Amino acid sequence: MAKNVFEYAPAPESRSVVDIKPSYGLFVNGEFVDGHGHSFKSISPSTEEVLAEIAEADEADVDLAVKAARRAHSRVWGRMPGKERAKYLFRIARIIQERGRELAVLESIDNGKPIKETRDVDIPIVAAHFFYYAGWADKLEYSGHGTESLGVAGQVIPWNFPLLMLAWKIAPALACGNTVVLKPAETAPLTALLFAEICQQADLPAGVVNIITGAGDTGRALVSHPDVDKVAFTGSTEVGKAIARAVAGTDKRVTLELGGKAANIVFDDAPLDQAVEGIVNGIFFNQGHVCCAGSRLLVQESVADEVLARLKRRVTTLRIGDPLDKNTDIGAINSAEQLAKIRELSDIGEQEGAGRWSPPCELPDHGFWFPPTIFTNVTQAHRIAREEIFGPVLSVLTFRTPSEAVEKANNTPYGLSAGVWTDKGSRILKMANALRAGVVWANTFNKFDPTSPFGGYKESGYGREGGRHGLEGYLK
Amino acid sequence: MSRIDVRKTYKLFIGGEFPRSESGHSYVVHDQQGRFVANAALASRKDARDAVSAARKAFPGWSARTAYNRSQVVYRIAEVMEDRRPQFVEAVRQGEGGTAASAGKVLDAAIDRLVWYAGWADKITQVTGNANPVAGPYFNLSTPEPTGVVAAVAPADSSLLGLVSVVAPVIVTGNTVVVAASPERPLPAVTFAEVLATSDVPGGVVNVLTGTLDRTVATLASHMDVNAIDLTGLAGDPEQAQALEVAAADNLKRVRRAPAAEPDWAADPGLGRMTDVLETKTVWHPIGV
Repeated sequence: MAKNVFEYAPAPESRSVVDIKPSYGLFVNGEFVDGHGHSFKSISPSTEEVLAEIAEADEADVDLAVKAARRAHSRVWGRMPGKERAKYLFRIARIIQERGRELAVLESIDNGKPIKETRDVDIPIVAAHFFYYAGWADKLEYSGHGTESLGVAGQVIPWNFPLLMLAWKIAPALACGNTVVLKPAETAPLTALLFAEICQQADLPAGVVNIITGAGDTGRALVSHPDVDKVAFTGSTEVGKAIARAVAGTDKRVTLELGGKAANIVFDDAPLDQAVEGIVNGIFFNQGHVCCAGSRLLVQESVADEVLARLKRRVTTLRIGDPLDKNTDIGAINSAEQLAKIRELSDIGEQEGAGRWSPPCELPDHGFWFPPTIFTNVTQAHRIAREEIFGPVLSVLTFRTPSEAVEKANNTPYGLSAGVWTDKGSRILKMANALRAGVVWANTFNKFDPTSPFGGYKESGYGREGGRHGLEGYLK
Repeated sequence: MSRIDVRKTYKLFIGGEFPRSESGHSYVVHDQQGRFVANAALASRKDARDAVSAARKAFPGWSARTAYNRSQVVYRIAEVMEDRRPQFVEAVRQGEGGTAASAGKVLDAAIDRLVWYAGWADKITQVTGNANPVAGPYFNLSTPEPTGVVAAVAPADSSLLGLVSVVAPVIVTGNTVVVAASPERPLPAVTFAEVLATSDVPGGVVNVLTGTLDRTVATLASHMDVNAIDLTGLAGDPEQAQALEVAAADNLKRVRRAPAAEPDWAADPGLGRMTDVLETKTVWHPIGV
């Protein structure tokens, strides 16, 4: 193939802005302490380079963290006037803005997602989330959800948006007067640990935020700890169900933000170029590691061929590679385990008879990579149409009538999000009413804002994060 | 021989600039003990009209900013005020008397009030707007929008906390404002204007007039391009307030009436000062395939 004269020269963001320590402890009661479990390594998914040694919290460590949070709640944070809590949160928001580049680079290194996204999406929304909930801390009497905090929140977050999920959990919890023990994902813990330093920098009282690292066992110990008043979890539906079982019979409050298999529905009167951009954004944003990803494209039969042709042309232009390169559209898959899962389901898709297509693209030699992939002729019975792949893999189905689109879109145990593409406003609203999903994007996709509630129907979980509704899960 | 200090003449704040009064007039500001403090500009009717033009010009841009951005801009005012503590403490002491400690408390409350209002920018819609479940296949949503240019008569006594409490709710909701400062105690208002000029507030969003009220307030009340007027500063002067309210009726300005006495500015302000300068817009759209 002739070398493309329009090829992009490398434009890497400098790593010098981050300072990764050789090892990290647990952040408990305002200080970094040793963990008593078996420490593990956090690696860069784009190079497999070992980044740092991370402490593992065992049950005793979890207990210490919960005790610190309890003390901080009863002695300091739970009693502090809202307007003073607000000022701490505003401080944190400002520090996040000021250290935004550092956080963005660290997130890209540890998670594998493109710097373009961490810099322009993840980190700005993190800061905005803290700003938004800072403002609620002294206005709870206007929220309609009461003013009394619950106590200690045990929070477990996933690896796909490490710092953003932290912000979604910690900002509303603290605004409402709760203290937290948060466990980041074991494959992307570094920005949460940097956030712990930011708490120190903001002089946040000790014990208000505790960050404990570890894998499933640590998470289990946290959510089942008897002195935790509230469990907030974002992750797989399987673990969400296990948590719902574990808290059964207790007084613990729970919010769960789980998996999805969103339908992105394109009608024949849709602005097709915009729709194609929306489809690409819907499934290839963040390597498809998005619980609300538009992983099922439902396209009206009359425009299916045209949409598919334009889509393939567009996907061919996506650039895959170094997450720190400012031109990169698709970064690395977060872990070897996740890559294996994506490969397995994609192979099953092929075996079950769907047509598999990926653009010609060279993948780097080291690290975990998967090319953007489109499956055509997918039926509702196929596993790739039913199961969450959590990778850059799109399943394409067709429909003829709006009611058929609704039926297919709702034919899933999930109900997190959906997309509708049409020029007709009344149809957007009719579809939005009929879709059993917590978020419906019309002529756009994957939009997030701190003021806008997010969360699922059915097995995508319960409770909402963001907006005024996001306060409900943290107030009595 | 002791050094002779340089005396400052305080100017107006219109459209992001600090002009002298077009009339060329100024007046002497005294402290609580009657000692000379400074000269301040004596705003004329023309200055009031210029201020309204500047506020009108700034309105489209300011009201189109995202609520998040307005929130950040108002929060930034608080940050810059915190940076200028000594100057504010001095200005409050000169005008209102009391100790440095009591003036410091006034400043604390004023900064905290700005922070409180900053947070409202992106929440007032969620508290005062809502979807309406009309009996038919229609999407129906009511949301608040800023009314436009607001004239405000700042309180006579509380020259900083009162001023901030009058201005912040107007601008955080997306309106622009022309504020007539306390005639006897204008210096905190001018210092506040200097803070605005060095923060992120666009020129014309806040315009500050100093001087006697008889020259400016009647012009503002009868001005056909002013959408609302806040008569708080006429507390205890019902005759004058009524006359202004009559003038305001010519273009049905929204009026916040003068209270019988100056309110307790330390109390929770509630939503009223924001909702007074907000319109409600309701949008209907059919639902169907």
